[in-house]
Amino acid sequence: MRVMKDGRPASSRVFSVATGVGASRAALAGAVAILLMLAALPAFAARNLIQDLIFLFYMLALAQCWNLLAGFSGLISVGQQAFVGLGGYMLFALTLFAGLDPLLAIPLAGLVCAVFALPTALIVFRLRGAYFAIGTWVVAEVYRLVFAQFKGLGGGTGTSLAPSITSTVFGIEWVKGLFDVRTPAARDIISYWGALVLMAGTLASVYALLRSRRGLALGAIRDQEAAAAGLGVDIYRTKLAVYVAAAAMIGMIGALIYLQKARISPDAAFSVLDWTAYVIFIVVIGGIGTMEGPVVGAIIFYLLQRYLADFGAWYLILLGTLAIAVMLFAPRGLWGFVAERFGVTLFPTRRRLIVGTDGSKRA
Amino acid sequence: MTDALDAVIQGILLGGLYALFAAGLSLIFGVMRLVNLAHGDLIVLAAFVVLFLAEKLGLDPFVAVLVAAPILFAIGFVLQHVLLNRTLGRDLLPPLLVTFGLSIIIQNGLLQLFSADSERLRSGAIETASIALGGGIAIGVVPLLTLLSAIAAIVVLNLIFYRTPLGRAFRATSDDLEVAQLMGIDHHRIFATAMGLAFVVIAIAALYLGLRSNFDPTIGPARLLYAFEAVIIGGLGSFWGTLAGGIVLGLAQTIGARIDPEWQILSGHLAFLVVLAIRPRGLFPRALD
Amino acid sequence: MALLETRALRAFYGDYQALYGIDTRLEAGETVAIIGANGAGKSTYLKAIAGLIRRPADSVLFDGRPIGGEPAAAIVKLGIALVPEGRRLFPSLSVEENLLVGGHGRKAAGPWTLDRVYTLFPVLKERRAQAAPTLSGGQQQMAAIGRALMSNPRLLLCDEISLGLAPIIIADIYAALPQIKAEGTSVVLVEQDIAQAMKVSDRVYCFQEGRLSLTGRPRELTREQIHDAYFGT
Repeated sequence: MRVMKDGRPASSRVFSVATGVGASRAALAGAVAILLMLAALPAFAARNLIQDLIFLFYMLALAQCWNLLAGFSGLISVGQQAFVGLGGYMLFALTLFAGLDPLLAIPLAGLVCAVFALPTALIVFRLRGAYFAIGTWVVAEVYRLVFAQFKGLGGGTGTSLAPSITSTVFGIEWVKGLFDVRTPAARDIISYWGALVLMAGTLASVYALLRSRRGLALGAIRDQEAAAAGLGVDIYRTKLAVYVAAAAMIGMIGALIYLQKARISPDAAFSVLDWTAYVIFIVVIGGIGTMEGPVVGAIIFYLLQRYLADFGAWYLILLGTLAIAVMLFAPRGLWGFVAERFGVTLFPTRRRLIVGTDGSKRA
Repeated sequence: MTDALDAVIQGILLGGLYALFAAGLSLIFGVMRLVNLAHGDLIVLAAFVVLFLAEKLGLDPFVAVLVAAPILFAIGFVLQHVLLNRTLGRDLLPPLLVTFGLSIIIQNGLLQLFSADSERLRSGAIETASIALGGGIAIGVVPLLTLLSAIAAIVVLNLIFYRTPLGRAFRATSDDLEVAQLMGIDHHRIFATAMGLAFVVIAIAALYLGLRSNFDPTIGPARLLYAFEAVIIGGLGSFWGTLAGGIVLGLAQTIGARIDPEWQILSGHLAFLVVLAIRPRGLFPRALD
Repeated sequence: MALLETRALRAFYGDYQALYGIDTRLEAGETVAIIGANGAGKSTYLKAIAGLIRRPADSVLFDGRPIGGEPAAAIVKLGIALVPEGRRLFPSLSVEENLLVGGHGRKAAGPWTLDRVYTLFPVLKERRAQAAPTLSGGQQQMAAIGRALMSNPRLLLCDEISLGLAPIIIADIYAALPQIKAEGTSVVLVEQDIAQAMKVSDRVYCFQEGRLSLTGRPRELTREQIHDAYFGT
């Protein structure tokens, strides 16, 4: 019988796997508290702040989706504007043609995007790496060009949501009474809650996915695909599932975005800059492959956008330069840098092996 | 009947332009496995350089491009050496994201320098000259020159790759970077040289882009997509395949345009997706992967 | 002054230490054999000399000059050529192109030209236009050696050239060694085939788990000494 260096017999070691850390439990409680406060915000906040927060929430949600694909699953997409636009157009189509309430149209839009994502993936998955990325961009362009042909939805110049739709969103009367506001503000408040729910839902879904068995498989695929395949991980189906799930989430977010904007056009809905470039910037600056990174990145981006967007082309040059600098010198992003320096993880997704003896656990 | 024949001819000629766009992308990927998301914007940048030289020095664009070529070679060499070489490695994200950032910077930099106005390269009578082939069909001289230049560029690239020590070094480095170093090949310089060479091809592509149609700082990304589609349709690893891919794309777009002018670009994209669905390795892939 | 010297040579793969302070010496014209079990650090030793992995700047000396800070491409220019483990010919290149690219970095004058390599390994001349992967293992090994010779190295490093080859092929390849030595090239042979290595070398070093366990002249070492040094019992 082999004996360990410190004299203990080797056969009595006990192994267990855990994901949570001390700080993370506190962080979870903190996150719930923050969400509750945010939900109550419309009672106190000015309309401007509400609108700004809507923007922050949906950009963060989009960033989490892109991060799930690129940072965790090795699916680097520069075409997620395809599903933002598709979701937005579905919202318009379902409310204009099927007379559905917009709030109901949002999850349906997500479903439609999931359905479209399946054949899209079957074709685009034939490409690898950077070619896959450009392939997703081509798909988005196809969607844009196709929707520009639909005269019923405004063709190339787009269309708006009629007031008859925007003023009859489910719950608008109740909000008007509760907060004593007029219709446009009430609509914003409903959009705000919708954005909050979508953001929290996206965060929760991504977090849950990463902590599940599928999530473990993703990590294995990302790190060493051939080895993962050798262990029986069905790479194709795992990636497909993630891609479709992400498409559904992105579609719902797109539907909400265009409910709030109330006006859509192909160039805006399928804009690479708005829905991919800015999103990538957020994730890169904040930290790819972590859950906290996009949160940090979204806040930074929101501030930059708020104070510097007026500088037009210079602002974009600045963003591009920042992204390049971070990629070269701090590739783990701001959060990644902090997390490494101080060993902090608030929303851990990696597994740790805990080795103990005879039932007593020592981490 | 002549209508259909005319469409085919115009499609092939357009394919020459797309092959020029794609050749640079193919070269860079072949040597260093880098897909440059700023490729289209670099073509536009080169077009503005040619425009600048043509206007400031009072040169015809065909002469201006000869002056621009060494300048662009140098820009490409330095860009690779200073910036892009740092991104190469096992990870896919850095080169992709850095070139994406570069794309944004170039577009907006050009916007600042030249404004969003449409520009055109002017070369006088040659722009509208055409050769009559009889039966009511005529070929524009500029489109014909574009196709001939694409063929010439590919012939030269193949010569370099397969008949010179430099080309041997390119292929060896692409095969096995570590062992290439054991041959005394400085891969940093090799990559920079390859990028410089690609920039020369980009310059030629820019010349014909500017002669054929208007250009402005924002049209780069669309050109990247056409270049990429031509490379994938043709198949990775072969310059002649890239020419074939460009022609297929040109044909698809031209035929689509004849059905409905608004369907031109969409037809190209759809043709690409169809090829990807049924022959994912392209039409003429190299045996080796 | 020794042609090649390593002093306290250390090497790491990430956190894993593969070499723990190796001291070796090779005089000009000598042939040195490095033997040891799998994972003992023999290939790592060659890679460290050739510049493929990081090592301390003064841990490798060539002609008395420290070369530990030089990258691989520069090491070749100094006159050191490595025949890598597993041959690793360039698959996109023909046999002749593989040979020619061997001379890419170092333009030194010397006896090794394309013709001279074809004289050494006639079978390569027959197959000069073939793609490298179509050759048999033994022919590929010859091509890999020829490729390294094309840089006219003063020092040739050979990593397991007998690996995976039939004894008769190994003998063919080793038959070429005397001609290489006759041109004045010093050789370091990393080998699993101890018998073959000991026959042609002037000195032997045995590695064991990243450390030197034995050194001496082949004729002076007993089987038992080698066995103990190899297996570390």
